Amino acid sequence: MPEYEAVIGLEVHVELRTRSKAFCNCPNVFGSEPNTNVCPICLGLPGVLPVLNQAVLEYAVRTGLALNCEIASFSKFDRKNYFYPDLPKNYQISQYDLPLCRNGYLDLEVNGVRRRIGITRVHMEEDAGKLIHGEGEKADYSLVDTNRSGVPLLEIVTEPDLRSPEEARAFLEKLKAILQYIDVSDCKMEEGSLRCDANISVRPSGTDILNPKTEIKNMNSFRAVYRALGAEMERQCAIWGAGDRVVRETRAWNEAEGTTVAMRTKEEASDYRYFPDPDLVPIVIGRDFVVRIREELPELPEARRQRFIKEYGLPSYDAGVLTSSRPLADFYEACVSAYRDPKTVSNWVMGEFLRLLKVFDLEVTETRLTPSHLVEMLELLKEGTISGKIAKAVFEEMFQTGKRAREIIEAKGLIQISDEEELGRVVDEVLAAHPGVVTDYRNGKEKALAFLVGQVMKATRGKANPQTVNRIIKEKIQ
Amino acid sequence: MELFQLTAHELAEMLKKNEISAEEITRSVFERIHAVEDQVRAYVTVTEEAAYQKARGIDGEKREGKGAGPLAGIPAGLKDNFCTRGVRTTCSSRMLENFVPPYSATVVEKLAAAGAVFTGKLNMDEFAMGSSTETSAFFQTRNPWNLDCVPGGSSGGAAAAVAAGEAVYALGSDTGGSIRQPASFCGIVGLKPTYGLVSRFGLVAFASSLDQIGPLTKDVRDCALVLNAIAGHDPLDSTSVPGPVPDYTSYLASDIKGVKVGVPREFFGEGLDPGVKEVVQAAVNQLAQLGAVVEECSFPHAEYALPCYYIIAPAEASSNLARYDGVRYGFRATPEKGGNYDLLEMYMRTRSEGFGPEVKRRIMLGTYALSSGYYDAYYLKALKLRTLIKQDFNRLFDQFDVVVSPTSPTPPFRFGEKAGNPLVMYLSDVYTIPVNLAGIPALSLPCGFVEGLPVGLQIMAPAFGEGTLLKVAHAFEQSKPYHLARPRLKGEAAEKGLAHAREMSRGGK
Repeated sequence: MPEYEAVIGLEVHVELRTRSKAFCNCPNVFGSEPNTNVCPICLGLPGVLPVLNQAVLEYAVRTGLALNCEIASFSKFDRKNYFYPDLPKNYQISQYDLPLCRNGYLDLEVNGVRRRIGITRVHMEEDAGKLIHGEGEKADYSLVDTNRSGVPLLEIVTEPDLRSPEEARAFLEKLKAILQYIDVSDCKMEEGSLRCDANISVRPSGTDILNPKTEIKNMNSFRAVYRALGAEMERQCAIWGAGDRVVRETRAWNEAEGTTVAMRTKEEASDYRYFPDPDLVPIVIGRDFVVRIREELPELPEARRQRFIKEYGLPSYDAGVLTSSRPLADFYEACVSAYRDPKTVSNWVMGEFLRLLKVFDLEVTETRLTPSHLVEMLELLKEGTISGKIAKAVFEEMFQTGKRAREIIEAKGLIQISDEEELGRVVDEVLAAHPGVVTDYRNGKEKALAFLVGQVMKATRGKANPQTVNRIIKEKIQ
Repeated sequence: MELFQLTAHELAEMLKKNEISAEEITRSVFERIHAVEDQVRAYVTVTEEAAYQKARGIDGEKREGKGAGPLAGIPAGLKDNFCTRGVRTTCSSRMLENFVPPYSATVVEKLAAAGAVFTGKLNMDEFAMGSSTETSAFFQTRNPWNLDCVPGGSSGGAAAAVAAGEAVYALGSDTGGSIRQPASFCGIVGLKPTYGLVSRFGLVAFASSLDQIGPLTKDVRDCALVLNAIAGHDPLDSTSVPGPVPDYTSYLASDIKGVKVGVPREFFGEGLDPGVKEVVQAAVNQLAQLGAVVEECSFPHAEYALPCYYIIAPAEASSNLARYDGVRYGFRATPEKGGNYDLLEMYMRTRSEGFGPEVKRRIMLGTYALSSGYYDAYYLKALKLRTLIKQDFNRLFDQFDVVVSPTSPTPPFRFGEKAGNPLVMYLSDVYTIPVNLAGIPALSLPCGFVEGLPVGLQIMAPAFGEGTLLKVAHAFEQSKPYHLARPRLKGEAAEKGLAHAREMSRGGK
């Protein structure tokens, strides 16, 4: 049996986080009461006209530039005509033959292999509304929520350049990081602000055969994309392996079953009857506009990673993790600017900070812990006020409560005891209580020392400075 | 003369001198509506109470010494495809029979701000598709000059109301001639402005790249006044053109010496009614008499305008009218005895029952023309033809200040005469359609009569050449005041009506 590789292309829809919708002044926010962020324009009532929100154009150009695309100097909006109850005008304003951005790419590194993934196009369009279907036996109705109608979207289409589910996931993670860096979307898959469909076919590795592909929908996390592509790849390999042919169709990802299932096949091919939207004037973009947006682009993840390696002397791995999201990289840099020990800061941010974010399922921006919290704690640690062990507990409490380190250790009496006189008294007590162990040590049993140090730590509830204790015991016993 | 027979500028003058009040003008117009509406049938909705309220408000403001514009206190009618807040806007369709918009069209807001007193909403061809107002889902409007004849379309209700004195002026919309052709049929002045000069916000769309709003008035000065009030950039319409708007009354002149007038021979050929031809040629001679330099010219792609239009307009209409699906507002088909339609059936029944035959015909034409496999053969080809037609006009306007033609190839026809044959009906707009395709302005004004029925002269100018149009039209009107003729309705004295018109058509004043 030959070895197979996947041929994967992605279609990603990104909701832009402009203040207002694409063609009217309604607020562009998620989670409002149904049908409250609507006006005659986004409802497509008779006689009203769309007017392009200039911020949408700016965000789209920013995205195109960040994805290394060419920005079209002449572009236009088209109508995509189809009937659906959540589509108020029964056409969607989109872009067809003249998209705003084309021919871009994104460089990926997966398992040490560096590859360039082509971006076919990035175009602007408006989102549709949402249907809420009745539940239960007698629920033969559906409700329409039009809050999302007219929310600006970008559709990002890749070339079929991805060769494995791992690469697809890595691409999405990288894309998400870039979109967040340039501040055009919050990219929350669970809120639908980043949605992905995938086209996949398989072929014997190393060939350039183009086999029939399937399109997979309904994936609502990066993990789901990864799993769905894996399952679909396996299914297609099994079909080819058995000597059958894969059928071109649309399939849905069933998260619970871990399989893709064929969606109802369409009776006839869809015909969207695209034509230029006569209500919107063509988009003419001057070079000055593009130059200005390019100059305003922030540092992108790849450049920032390189800079972290160079400027802070971090290992490539650390730099990659820390720059994987802009808020995390910002957090790290804020800490480093006040506490100039990049590797120590990196260890704390990548270790405890990321661990706790995961435990409490929070985003960097949602925590109560600020860079100055961490910096203050690191200083206390450095000057020996607290031990490394206590620092971990303090960090967790700071993370949960937002209290300052000094406040926590004072309230709980956690300050490290380095006072030799005080420690000497405790050591005397411990030595008196364990004469047998003392004898063992004197007889050359090295382990006995560790036991005695442990007893002192126990008596001081971890506050004793272990190095000092070690030294005092040795002095007293000899 | 009764007040309802006067023009807006005459009434404004009397108001200014405190000879009358806005309320008196309004009363005169509504009394006229009550007297003749059962003959003419121009109105879908009459807003009498609101009109009196507005008129009294204007009178009050005047007493307080507040300055009022030239249209303040003057009763105006609106074609029923302009959205009016709180007043139903039907497009003369079952589909929108009970639709009450929560917003007003920009032109309506502008006129309201100028002090206009709205009389109501005027009948039209359903969704502005037609040339006779016979496709209205509600009733037929009659031509005040001959009640057996159509008033033209699709702004037939608007033109008939102005001609019959049921409104001092009206606003219509023109996609392929829907202001100019009914103005011609009803013996009044109608202007289709340059595409983009007047905001389309709130005009229920038929074909967005062709639709334009314009005035239907009793004379050229009123036309200029109304254009002053409605022209200008609107941030709610991205196709509306920014920039200052001139005072169009400043162009009104009686001297047109040296103005170059082109007469395309293609507009005087086959299909033109001999009577109309004679009247229009006399009008062209009159322009020469007034000092214009008249010359024959050629419009080589004229014959392609009609087929080009009947691809582009239905294509856009098929998309614009897709929103009428019964889901959110307007008409929804319901099964007899309870029960439910599934989604597809609800869509299909709603659109089958809600739209009339002409609208359905155009939706099907447009859907076909845009569908894959036919797009290149029809829609794309039509766009190329449209460019050729624009180029024809550009060449003409390199040479001429204005181009003239008949507005319609025939005088007003009888009910049913063309309604059975859409292709014959479509020919009604053969001279007006090229103007919409090119986006340029054109004006129709009364230039004589054929067997007692009005004939219109169409004057076309390059984009934003409204001033030139008004200048030429005004000079003609001053020398040949056909616009002073009034149709005779039941119970009226003969000298005000047809006899007067007959006399005028012989060239006397």
